[in-house]
Amino acid sequence: MIEVRWHGRGGQGAVTAAEILAHAAINEGKYAQAFPSFGPERRGAPVVAFNRFDDKPIWIRSDVYEPDVVVVLDPTLLKNVNVTEGLKSDGIIILNTSKKPFEAKERYGFKFKMATVNAMRIALDVIGIPVVNTAMLGAFLKATGILKLDSVLEAVKERFKGKAGEKNVEAVTHAYKETVLVG
Amino acid sequence: MAKRIALECSHAISLAVKLANVDVIAAYPITPQTHIVERLSEYVADGELDAEYINVESEHSAMSACIGASAVGARCFTATAGQGLALMHEMLFIAAGNRLPIVMAVANRCLSPNLSIWGDQSDMMASKDCGWIQMYGENAQEVFDLTLQAFRIAEDERVLLPVAVNFDGFYVTHVIESLTVLEQEEVNRFLPPRRKAKYTLHPDNPTTWGPIGLPDIQTELKYQLEKAIQNSKKVIKEVWREYGEISGRYYDVFEPYRLEDAEVAILMMGGHCGTARIAVDRLREKGLKVGLIKLRLFRPFPFEELVEATKHLKALAVVDKAFSPGGFGGPIFSEVRSAFYDLDVKPRIVGFIAGLGGRDIRVDEFMGLAEKVLRGEKIEKNYVFLQVRE
Repeated sequence: MIEVRWHGRGGQGAVTAAEILAHAAINEGKYAQAFPSFGPERRGAPVVAFNRFDDKPIWIRSDVYEPDVVVVLDPTLLKNVNVTEGLKSDGIIILNTSKKPFEAKERYGFKFKMATVNAMRIALDVIGIPVVNTAMLGAFLKATGILKLDSVLEAVKERFKGKAGEKNVEAVTHAYKETVLVG
Repeated sequence: MAKRIALECSHAISLAVKLANVDVIAAYPITPQTHIVERLSEYVADGELDAEYINVESEHSAMSACIGASAVGARCFTATAGQGLALMHEMLFIAAGNRLPIVMAVANRCLSPNLSIWGDQSDMMASKDCGWIQMYGENAQEVFDLTLQAFRIAEDERVLLPVAVNFDGFYVTHVIESLTVLEQEEVNRFLPPRRKAKYTLHPDNPTTWGPIGLPDIQTELKYQLEKAIQNSKKVIKEVWREYGEISGRYYDVFEPYRLEDAEVAILMMGGHCGTARIAVDRLREKGLKVGLIKLRLFRPFPFEELVEATKHLKALAVVDKAFSPGGFGGPIFSEVRSAFYDLDVKPRIVGFIAGLGGRDIRVDEFMGLAEKVLRGEKIEKNYVFLQVRE
């Protein structure tokens, strides 16, 4: 089982991103869960969402304490949230940052595998608003490889209809190409 | 086999209600229930469900509207949680006493104070004596199935009682996961339109419902309700069997897991049973004989079935997500202790109160409590608050 924790701020779409992944995984025939961190939802406040993926039914119904993957939508969270808490030693952190991967790794002192992408730039260029969740889906796919790009794009189109769907699909594919993984 | 689809558990209930082709929905939004009725209002607005959606000003009114509509023969649904259920409390008794087959989903939520939107089972447990059939579901699949079954059970002429389908706030309500659903034709065969009951309010045939109950009749009325809900168990099992035949998913009053050779079993209701199952597997890997009983039917309480299935155990660890202040532990604990009182040889029955106000119950906590009971550790008064910081 792969367990994922999403860190974002209210309004950035962490919960939506987790939901899209669960839909994509289930459409692929996998088992999955997506759920929010159950707090009062306020715009701008730190929020957490979770995913679980497996090839067999998932029974556990508890928060994720030892994630395999952590996705950080907003680099400013690193100042006051311990985003790597419980992250498995062979786990991976996926970060939205304008820094180069090695630079970011050194700056934040992470000992984990790390993937970076400038999701904010992609979101502004492609969608035109500073909502990075779909770009981070592309980064997640590139970094983990646990789901197919096509099934995630389908789930994105299902979630965002029409023009918004096209733009978000582009954000995912852009980020997928640009994401860099460092050991 | 039908394809698994992804749905939020709340929306699994909305879909079941749509497939049940209800006539009237009266509801007031409250976290963590809101998603159920939000989706239903969309179905109605989009013309996918031909029902009367009544936006009421409170939960008290929601139940009142359902009572009126059910009395004229409509198939009715509402949903609520926590404070909303508390505000409805008075009308719950009216629905049951007048034998109205209303179906309600309860997204179990902690009662204030302090203000808590998070889950536990204290809301329904504070209304456990309202005369409703009460079931608890663990996941999207189960709440979907229970909701469809609830209409059949409630409307059966041998039952005619309201049914509450309970599921944990957030830990179940807000989780997106997979389930298989029934096709409309399958549902139509399983759940035809509501049949006209013998007593139905109609202007052509005026009757009086719930007038003053003088002392010389009230005892008999209450006794009838007791008989009705006790007798419903037979019908509930019958409906579950039939549902199993069409869906492949067979339900019973509780669900045992690795129980046959167990020495100790955890017993609880709702979503956390899934986590307890993982704890059981890990304890088994350590060679410890632990099992699980997921209790599904709380009212009518399956006393005989439970005793029969668990009397071989050395101990039962009952986990309640509610308690009765000043009373004897949690409500499930009390029922289970009562169930075993007349037996000469019986398992030790220990109560754990946990998961209050949305606190997670982790796998290691389930393992810890089971090991405590397995070791025969002394627990004063036989029940304890598991997670409290003193």
